[in-house]
Amino acid sequence: MATAELEDILERHRRDPLRLLQILIELQARDGWLPPATLSAVATALGLPRARVESTASFYSFLHTHPAGDYRILFSDNITDRMLGNMALMQALCGKLWLEPGKVSEDGLVSVATTSCTGMCDQGPALLANGRTITRLAPERIDEMAHLIRRRVPVGDWPPEWFHVEDNIRRRDVLLDHGLAPGQALAVALDRGATSILGEIERSALRGRGGAGFGSDIKWRSCRDAWGDAHYVICNADEGEPGTFKDRVLLASYFDLVVDGMCIAGMAIGANKGFIYLRGEYRYLLDRLETRLAQRREQGLLGRNILGCGFTFDIEIHLGAGAYICGEESALIESLEGKPGKPRIRPPFPVTNGYRGQPTTVNNVETLALAALIAVRGGEWFRAIGTPASTGTKLLSVSGDVERPGIYEFPFGVTMAEVLDAAGACDTQAVTSAGAAGHCLAADEFGRRIAFEDVATGGSIMVFDASRDMFEVARNFAHFFAHESCGFCTPCRVGTAVNARLMDKLAADHGSPYDLDEMAKMHRLMQGASHCGLGNTATIAIDDIVAKFRPAFERRLHSPEYEPAFDLDAALSQARRMTGRDDPGAHLGDNLEALAEERAHARDAAKPAPSSAAESAPSKDLQP
Amino acid sequence: MAHEYLNDTTSPSAAATPRKLKVATVSLAGCFGCHMSFLDIDERLLPLLELVEFDRSPLTDIKHCGPCDIGLIEGGVCNAENVHVLREFRANCKVLIALGACAVNGGLPAQRNHLALADILQMVYRTGHGLAEGSSIPDDPELPLPLNQVHPVHEVVKIDYFLPGCPPSGDAIWAFLTQLIEGKAPSLGHGLLHYD
Repeated sequence: MATAELEDILERHRRDPLRLLQILIELQARDGWLPPATLSAVATALGLPRARVESTASFYSFLHTHPAGDYRILFSDNITDRMLGNMALMQALCGKLWLEPGKVSEDGLVSVATTSCTGMCDQGPALLANGRTITRLAPERIDEMAHLIRRRVPVGDWPPEWFHVEDNIRRRDVLLDHGLAPGQALAVALDRGATSILGEIERSALRGRGGAGFGSDIKWRSCRDAWGDAHYVICNADEGEPGTFKDRVLLASYFDLVVDGMCIAGMAIGANKGFIYLRGEYRYLLDRLETRLAQRREQGLLGRNILGCGFTFDIEIHLGAGAYICGEESALIESLEGKPGKPRIRPPFPVTNGYRGQPTTVNNVETLALAALIAVRGGEWFRAIGTPASTGTKLLSVSGDVERPGIYEFPFGVTMAEVLDAAGACDTQAVTSAGAAGHCLAADEFGRRIAFEDVATGGSIMVFDASRDMFEVARNFAHFFAHESCGFCTPCRVGTAVNARLMDKLAADHGSPYDLDEMAKMHRLMQGASHCGLGNTATIAIDDIVAKFRPAFERRLHSPEYEPAFDLDAALSQARRMTGRDDPGAHLGDNLEALAEERAHARDAAKPAPSSAAESAPSKDLQP
Repeated sequence: MAHEYLNDTTSPSAAATPRKLKVATVSLAGCFGCHMSFLDIDERLLPLLELVEFDRSPLTDIKHCGPCDIGLIEGGVCNAENVHVLREFRANCKVLIALGACAVNGGLPAQRNHLALADILQMVYRTGHGLAEGSSIPDDPELPLPLNQVHPVHEVVKIDYFLPGCPPSGDAIWAFLTQLIEGKAPSLGHGLLHYD
């Protein structure tokens, strides 16, 4: 890249080291990858050690430190995309372009690979072409895409209808039918003042909609009361949980309510600055959102002296770059500071030590929109909806084997059966309650209620009918977590990888009951020993699926005894070829036979000296 | 599990003098660091020797193990000989333990898994720097062939317990063994369980 262009980008980001990730994302978008020389130039310009720049550049999936082709095609690989046939489409595209998945073509033109759920589960299979979302893939689209790539047509000139993203709102309740004008909620809140608003939020008993359900009033009050040079509001729009896409719809069609909610939060906690952390997969929304923010500034609904009330609050949008872990609030803050998204050690919590070490409240998109609604309608009104412990409504992202996938807004307390009925599910065998990271319910549990006190959810409802192989669902989740573990702590880094390998072992028909036991052990270990929520929740769905759909796993067990993870004799192939050996010593026999032989040998060796044998271990079945 | 009948010291045949448990140890693709750490139990070796007798182990130089109660495996599996030794241990030991990071995960030797074995052999024996004229890849049948990749031991035989750490501390090994010998399922609390 020309030095002038690099200078231009650096200038626009004020050479601020905290904006490192944003700078790298821009450079990546222009060049298609981040060459070593660029990383060095950025390090020098920002006054950062080169290793700091590289650690950020190499952490995020959408940043490439090696050439990845002029066209970078990433197929969304959530289980819902799989069920819609994404693998066959990827193979077809690779076939037409003469390349292998995960590799760059020899002419450096194109690479095709997979990525974690892109949040288009209701209109999949989906992919990202140079970061731009394409939905509803079909064989014809793939044919034409291969043609366009070979003719080197820029992605921006591809058929516009490919990039169309639907809202698919299927059921509206108080939030999706709010009927408020932009800024209306904010005006009410400014009129009433911070103390009154905090009181309303407390009366509403609003709980965080990201899934954990922490009391919003407690979070806001602790943040307000915390001492600091500045306070910050962060809108967590890093909607990475496989199967959820509700925040995308809120940002696309209810953005003003979300911004009102952020401003109200800012007023309540005493902040003048807010950030929206937008996941990289939703890059296509960025320009639209920036434009709307600029309009609001002109309309006096954002920025200095909002609505003439003397309250100043502005919002900046930061992009993510393909890291599920950044949905965790302290990892998100790290990422916002330009670093790799690795969760911080807590306490201290972000409410006292967040962005730049200052008091920060991180709220889900949906929580902020609801806060705006509560500011207008009041806490008592909100509290009357839902259940006593889970007030209000919840947006559910429903996908998979249903007639009408999309967004459903239901009051808390609705049963899973009612949701399935509304979405037109039939012959359902299983449902995820909170994506890949939460419990998986079987048919006898569909009477359970969606509420924090029963089935807690972030809103990811993926539905599987009786034709689906639940083993493949669990395997997809295991690979998802192995890819998304940030690598900071060993239980999660190794545990997720071990789980993925065990699932592959079963898939290759090498499984034994031992492998299922190992997965159960891994579940217990990771729940207790992981550093953050990712490791703590990575095995919940898998453990549920193994317990509730055991036949899908038992069918794949090769023998009731232990089975090695790989073909031992084949593992000597390269050494045999390189040495030209083929003697008996250059081969490894079957494990079970070898063990039986060793045991017979051990028995024979023990026989001639009965006196010493009595002292040594009994030679009965030695295999524990 | 096997450990329940490990301290079978009161069975009629051994009623008079409690029999010592037999322990075998080996280092496969490891650095002997876990064995060194084992020696860090220091003077506790003496009370340990009241309870156990070593079979095959670098401590005894016995070449093949007979029937044993406990087998400790240090290191991962990098070649055919490792596989044979591991099978010998599995066939002879009632309880088999993966000792240390390499046995548990493959550890440092598994770093080579990112490279093709053929390329490594080619580089080391044929194209590398400073090799004698006509150097070739050793093909003597006496030599064990390296596996394409280095594997943790549980991928080759069934492992009953894992004791992580690089290396696990002498205290961790002591706590682990004494609990096992007492007939309990070993459980290491905070301070003894390290993964790195």
